[in-house]
Amino acid sequence: MVRTCEAQTRLSKLFQKMSLEMYLDLFSQPCRSVYIFAKKNDIQFDYKKISLFEGYQYSEEYGKINLLRKAPAIKDGDFCLAESVAIMLYLAEKFHTPDHWYPADLQKRARVNEYLSWQHSAIRIHGSKMLWFKLLIPKALGVEIPKEKIDNAVEDLNASLNLFEEKFLQDRPFIVGDQISLADLVAIVEIMQPVGAGMDVFENRPNLKAWKDRVRAEIGVELFDEAHQAILCAQESVKTMDPKRMEHFKPIILRYFLS
Amino acid sequence: MPLELYLDLHSQPCRSVFLFAQINKIPFEFKAVDLSAGEQYGEEFGKVSIIRKVPVLKDGDFILTESIAILQYLAAKHRTPDHWYPADLQKRARVDEFLSWQHTNIRTHGSKVFWFRGVVPAVTGAPVSKEKMDAAVEDLNASLKTFEDKFLQSRPFIIGDKISLADLVAIVEIMQPVGTGLDVFQGRPVLSAWRDRVKKELGVEVFDEAHKVIMNVDTLPQTFEKKGLPEF
Repeated sequence: MVRTCEAQTRLSKLFQKMSLEMYLDLFSQPCRSVYIFAKKNDIQFDYKKISLFEGYQYSEEYGKINLLRKAPAIKDGDFCLAESVAIMLYLAEKFHTPDHWYPADLQKRARVNEYLSWQHSAIRIHGSKMLWFKLLIPKALGVEIPKEKIDNAVEDLNASLNLFEEKFLQDRPFIVGDQISLADLVAIVEIMQPVGAGMDVFENRPNLKAWKDRVRAEIGVELFDEAHQAILCAQESVKTMDPKRMEHFKPIILRYFLS
Repeated sequence: MPLELYLDLHSQPCRSVFLFAQINKIPFEFKAVDLSAGEQYGEEFGKVSIIRKVPVLKDGDFILTESIAILQYLAAKHRTPDHWYPADLQKRARVDEFLSWQHTNIRTHGSKVFWFRGVVPAVTGAPVSKEKMDAAVEDLNASLKTFEDKFLQSRPFIIGDKISLADLVAIVEIMQPVGTGLDVFQGRPVLSAWRDRVKKELGVEVFDEAHKVIMNVDTLPQTFEKKGLPEF
């Protein structure tokens, strides 16, 4: 009996050593896509909840997981991987998720890849800015962003959303066609970011709103809402943040947002 | 109908696509797009891509933008040697990791330095402020440090012993500021050695051919269709 117990303990320890760890902060768009993808596909993982606002990404501990000091990051056994797009492609392949997420068909896959590439310097950048301009910078530095800067940022975001609708979505139910893919997942988490900042991006965009409702339904309303709870409460939670604990953001803010 | 590639070799992502097709002997028709003349904003190009960027691939009726997507498509369709985009799960993940990271790091900062040093002064008649220039160079240096510390380390190529799409995309981006007189390889022996290895693997002649137009700041566009100037 003792030998069986020992064997079982060894097995569970082995399993634990081999388990997938995911380092996530659900305020972050790419963390949300990874979280939703894993949960939706029943991929078991050890959820390592981290706080970017508190600067955990700069710790020595996290440096061993991800030298890029960003989230998300995963640790699968000894294999560490950063970048949400790379992580999801890895998980899709490893866990043999349903084909529609990242189709094997050459042209459909190319369409997903096309969106995943374009979005980095388009929707992602412009959507991110709104949270910083409307909530984080005023809190961290105690300054209001000049109206002109905000207007320009809104204009850039609108231009990206226009392109999203005209080129990537058009009159299709989802980006690649009839079924949801990684492209829609990455798109939705980015588009929800400015919503958290108090900007209703779906106003006057009925096509975009219909797409969002479809995506939310496909993902599962409960999972979608759970993943987005933190960002949708951002206006409230930023109010309670202590500016003194946001010192590490100052250089980033000054360099990238206020220069 | 032959494969069409809409390219301007001033553009880094156009160079990676050009090099990949040439090296793998993928036949294509080179459709030149002059970015400095604002051709990407013309009616004709608009029929090809409303994103109005290059490169663009047109394979029969199938039109594809984004160099990363194009490279992945060509690799799969033409069954290029495995090392470019390995089937092995972890090796592929490493390539994907770099291809994702580079968009808003080396690409952004290398582009900015290129514009600040090589184009903006000629077009506007005034240099970029020292503060702006120093900040741009500092950002580029930070990206290059991350490249060396995290992506390259002591390996011959980014994912190991063989060249991949990661090295190809990296080299065209890192070369961008070089023609403006900023030798990013100076004082970086590991980076220089990697550059030499990549150049050799690609083929020195085709590498030089791809980089001819951006290698001399005096030959860079002296005028620029106003809409063509990116905003930083």
